[in-house]
Amino acid sequence: MEDVMSHVHMERMRMLKEIQELEFVAVELNLYLDTHPEEREPLMEYNKVVDRLMHLKKMYEQRYGPLYHFGLSPSAYPWQWIQSPWPWEM
Amino acid sequence: MWVYEKKLQYPVKISKPDVRMAKYIITQYGGPDGELSAALRYLNQRYTMPTERAKALLTDIGTEELAHMEVVATIVYKLLKDAPIEELKRVDLGGHYAQHDRALFWNDANGVPWIAAYVQATGDPVTDLHDDMAAEQKARTTYEHLINLTDDPDVKDVLRFLREREVVHFQRFGEALNHVQSFMEKHPGWKPHPDHQPKPPSEWAPPGGWLPPKG
Repeated sequence: MEDVMSHVHMERMRMLKEIQELEFVAVELNLYLDTHPEEREPLMEYNKVVDRLMHLKKMYEQRYGPLYHFGLSPSAYPWQWIQSPWPWEM
Repeated sequence: MWVYEKKLQYPVKISKPDVRMAKYIITQYGGPDGELSAALRYLNQRYTMPTERAKALLTDIGTEELAHMEVVATIVYKLLKDAPIEELKRVDLGGHYAQHDRALFWNDANGVPWIAAYVQATGDPVTDLHDDMAAEQKARTTYEHLINLTDDPDVKDVLRFLREREVVHFQRFGEALNHVQSFMEKHPGWKPHPDHQPKPPSEWAPPGGWLPPKG
């Protein structure tokens, strides 16, 4: 049982890391575009990252519960948002 | 408005507690050059920026600093978790325990609480963007000092990430500053408020600006 748990946790952490990496690229491109709004190439790159990130987050949320509150993510029953672990506990 | 994302911007893996390091790192939570100061400084200055780029950049970097505050909080929380009282007393965190137990609080490495006087908003976009660039440099230096204070590779890794972000922010603020300056040259009548005395561009910075030429 413990092995199954740790496997689930490791898979979750792996997926989370992938989201963190991709979102880091998005943040970096976002800040760059704020001061270079007329450059096409980083904008195309940004839109590509948005697509991949939305897909990946949807998969993560289906498995591990909502990443967002306030109407941005749906929830299964019972209300999933309150579920541990919180980010500082992972 | 803001929404919360139930994840950290960067993973914080802490394998062993270190109350002494927690006492030092807390300064990037609530010290003069910490993430609270940074987030509040930028999110507050954006209202009086003249260009779309500067308004967007201050909003976005201010938001990223809030995420950094959470990363720093998580490091400190994990480093302090389950620390025995004797350990806290040994590194002079007895005072912290008396007031806050192991809860987080916005203070610096010497226990001095955060004050709004750490940040400034002058309403002059050129002045404020210089202030922001200085803030990024001060934060970078503090992260370098913190990296020197630990041998723990897990802690060093997160601190290095945070340090690198300050370098990127500094660069972006410099670009926003150059753009604001050229905007003000093109719109000599622009004033942040009716009683503002416009200065000739030569008085803001030396010719060519402070930043080294590109390329």
